[in-house]
Amino acid sequence: MAGELRIVPLSEREIKITRDFKAPRSLVWDAYTKPELVKQWLFGPPGWVFDVCEIDLRVGGKYRYVWRKPPDTMMGMGGVYREIKAPERIVSTEKFDEAWYPGEAVGTVVMTETGGQTLVTTTILYESRAARDGVLKSPMESGLRAGFDRLAELVESPRS
Amino acid sequence: MNDATLDAVFAALADPTRRAILARLARGNATVNELGAPFDMTQPAISKHLKVLENAGLVSRSRDAQRRPRRIEPKRLAQANQWLEKYQKLWKTRYQGLDTLLERLQKGES
Repeated sequence: MAGELRIVPLSEREIKITRDFKAPRSLVWDAYTKPELVKQWLFGPPGWVFDVCEIDLRVGGKYRYVWRKPPDTMMGMGGVYREIKAPERIVSTEKFDEAWYPGEAVGTVVMTETGGQTLVTTTILYESRAARDGVLKSPMESGLRAGFDRLAELVESPRS
Repeated sequence: MNDATLDAVFAALADPTRRAILARLARGNATVNELGAPFDMTQPAISKHLKVLENAGLVSRSRDAQRRPRRIEPKRLAQANQWLEKYQKLWKTRYQGLDTLLERLQKGES
């Protein structure tokens, strides 16, 4: 079903995020890899603005994103591309500037097109337990609420 | 929740059958037999999954000694869910932005 976001753990240190988009894969690929397009959707937390977006799209190339919260708070992250297979697969490392967790994470984005719609599957593998748990301490946090309803949503996801 | 506990919870939630068992228990307590029926699995197989869920603190046994129905432990689930909810919020917003962008791109705007 288009537009439905699903997040499930794959193992102790790995999660999978899936989402459908009503657009051909080539367009979704562009939105993920062209800085002028990435800046238009890869938002930071509410109140933050996307400031720097640099992408050197080749194996071994680096990317860097910086968000700013006026007047003077910044949050940066970046990594290195390990695999690129346009327009279907990107593997890259990711790490935030602020060392609120040790180690990196490795993200794999896979795009598949069916009938003009594109399914984007992102898996994120944390190098360490501390890296995974660090997500909870990140500046991304905004009003976390532990909800039983949301969990029901999670556990009722299809038997994938 | 300490790190080791979150490990156990993530490992427990990683299996689709165990997620389905939790979804069933979220609607009410159930015995091993009741849990086995919809999954077409043997009782030992279901018991094995239940053991993983119990070790992670996600499921416990009621005191009713005859039937020993299992019940869900919402507090532990809610703790584990903090982690996933964080991702959910951020990516929901981002992907809505991506929907808008893709729509504009398809209309030939940039």
